[in-house]
Amino acid sequence: MTRHTEPGATVISPRRLIQQNAVRKLSTWIANPWGRPRFLALITWAYILVSIAPVIVAIQFSFNDGRSVTSWQGFNLTRWYWGDPDHSVWHNPALQHTLLQSLKLAGLDILIATPLGVLLALGLARWRGFAANASNFIMLFPLVTPELVMGLALSLVFLHVFTFIEPSTTAQVLGHVTFSLSYVVIIVRGRLFSIGRQYEEAAADLGATPAQALRLVVLPLLLPAILASMMMVFAISIDDFVISQWLSCGASCDTVPIRIYSATRTSSFPSINALAAIMVFLTLSAFGAAYLVQRLMTRGERKSRRGMAKGMFDL
Amino acid sequence: MYPRWLWPVFAAPGVVWLILLFLVPFYAVISVAFGGVDPIFQNPVPSWNPLDWDYTAMGKTLTGFLPGNQYWAVFLRTASYVALALSGSLLIGYPAAYYISRHARRTKAILLVLLILPFWVSYMMRMLAWVNLFSPAGYINKFLVWSHLVTTPPDWLNGNPASVILALIYGYVPYLILPLLASLDRIDRSVLDAARDLGASPIEAFLHVTLPLSKPGILGASVIIALPMFGDYYTPNIISGSPSTSMLGNQIDIFFHGGSQPGVGAALTLILSAFLAVLMAYYMITIAKAQKEYPA
Repeated sequence: MTRHTEPGATVISPRRLIQQNAVRKLSTWIANPWGRPRFLALITWAYILVSIAPVIVAIQFSFNDGRSVTSWQGFNLTRWYWGDPDHSVWHNPALQHTLLQSLKLAGLDILIATPLGVLLALGLARWRGFAANASNFIMLFPLVTPELVMGLALSLVFLHVFTFIEPSTTAQVLGHVTFSLSYVVIIVRGRLFSIGRQYEEAAADLGATPAQALRLVVLPLLLPAILASMMMVFAISIDDFVISQWLSCGASCDTVPIRIYSATRTSSFPSINALAAIMVFLTLSAFGAAYLVQRLMTRGERKSRRGMAKGMFDL
Repeated sequence: MYPRWLWPVFAAPGVVWLILLFLVPFYAVISVAFGGVDPIFQNPVPSWNPLDWDYTAMGKTLTGFLPGNQYWAVFLRTASYVALALSGSLLIGYPAAYYISRHARRTKAILLVLLILPFWVSYMMRMLAWVNLFSPAGYINKFLVWSHLVTTPPDWLNGNPASVILALIYGYVPYLILPLLASLDRIDRSVLDAARDLGASPIEAFLHVTLPLSKPGILGASVIIALPMFGDYYTPNIISGSPSTSMLGNQIDIFFHGGSQPGVGAALTLILSAFLAVLMAYYMITIAKAQKEYPA
C-alpha cells in the first residue's frame, strides 16, 4: 500500500521491489510471531541452550590442563581423571571413595527398592478395602514431601527411636529406599493397568496355578516397567543430596553430590568437574543401554509403551 | 483365580517399610517439636504421648512468624523467592512446552531428548556448572567486561538475591516442563479446530481453549516444583551462602546442624509441612486421579 503514496510509483525498479518485499516480510515476521511460531521456537531453543551449555562448559573444564575451573589453559584428556598423582579422581582416595559410595548407595537402593516396590505395586493394584486405600494414601506421601522434611524426620527417628541405627551407610540406604519406593510403585502399577488381566485369566483357563501365572505371565510382561523403575531409582539415588547429607556419618559417607556441594563454596580443582563428569557419563550410558533393552522388550506394542511413558510424566 | 490373602501379603513388606520409615519418623518430628529440653545438656527430649505435649515452645516459634518478628523476614523471603522463581519458570517453561507439543514436527524427538537431558545430570552438577560460570573470573563476567557492558565485574555469588532466584529457575525448570508437556499433549486438537472453524483467531483460540484446558497441567507442574523449592536450602547456600538470602530451609538446617536447638528446627519443619499441606494434598489427588484413568 505504500507503493501508491510514493513519488514516481508507476515504474518500480526490480531491486526496489525486492527491497520492499524484504521489509514487508521482515515486519510481518516480527509483528506476527504467532503466525509461524518463530518466537516460541526462539524461546525453546534458547532455553535448551541455556540449560545444557553450562554443563558442557563444566565438563570442558574437567579436561583443563591447569588448576583453574574458570580460565582455559589447554586441553588435557587425562590429568584430572587419573593423570595427576595427587588430585585426580583416580589418585585422590577421598574422591574415589565418594564415587564408590554413590554407586554403592544406588546399587543397594535398586536391589531393595525394586522388589519391594514391585510387590507393593501388585498388592496395591489388586487389594481392595479400607486398609488398601490407606496404604495407597501412605505410598503417595514420600512423593510429595519435601526432602528436607524427610531427611530431618529420618535423622530424628534414628536418633530417638531406632537408636541401633547410627548415621551411616545403612541409614543412607534406608533413607534412599524410602523415597524411591513410591516411584517404583507408580511406574510398575501403570504398566500393570495397561497390560490388563486377560493374559493371566487365559493362563489360568489353560491350567496355570496362581504362582505359574505370576511367574510365567505377569513377571515377563512387567519386565520393561521393572527395568524402567530400576533406571529411575538409579537416577534419583545418584542425584540425591538432601537425604544422603542428613543421614551422613561424615567424610566416609560423602556421596558425589555432597562432595560437589562442599566444593562449590571453596576453590576447587577441576577434579571435582571430572568427578561430576564421570557421573554424567555413567548415567548417560546406563540410560542409553536401558532404553535400547526396553525397546527390544516392547517391540510391536507402541501403545502400551506410550502409556507407560505418560504414566511417568504424570507424576 | 488368586487367593484373597495374596495381595495384602504382597503389599505388606512395602507398607511396613513406609510405616516404619515414613510415618514413625514424621511422628518423631511431632514428638520432638512438642517435647521438652533436657535441663543439663539442652538436648531435645521427645514426648511420645500426645497428653504430655508441651505447647509453649511451638507457640513461641509460631509467634516468631508474626510481622516484624524473628522469622517474618525469612518467611516473606522464602515465599517471594519461590513465587518469583515459579513465575520465571512458567514464563520459560510454558512457551517451550507449548511449542514442542503444538508446533515442533520433525524436531520433536530431538527436542524431547534435549529436554530430558538435564534429568541425567545431577542437580549438584548443574549448580557446580552455574557457579563456575558466574564466579568472579568465570565466563559470564569475562563476557560482560569484554563486551563493555560493565566496567567492574559484578559479584554474583555473595548474597545476590537475583542469582539465587535465577539458579532456582535454572535448577527446577526441567521438572516443570515435562508434566506441562504431558498435559498439553493430552489436549484434543479437534477442540482447537472447532474453535478456529467457529471464527476464533489463533490468539482467541489459545486464550479461550488451550489455556483453560492446560490449567490443571499448569497447576500440577507448579506444585511439583514449588514443594521442593520450599524445602530448598542447598541452592541459596551454594549460590550465595549469605544470611541475607537464607530461606526457611536454611533456618531449619542451621537449627539442626549448626545450632543446639533441634527442637526449634523440628517445630519449624512442622510449620513448613502445615503450610505446604494444601499443595501436597492437591498433588496427591492429581496422582491418584492419573492412576485411576487407567482401566483397572
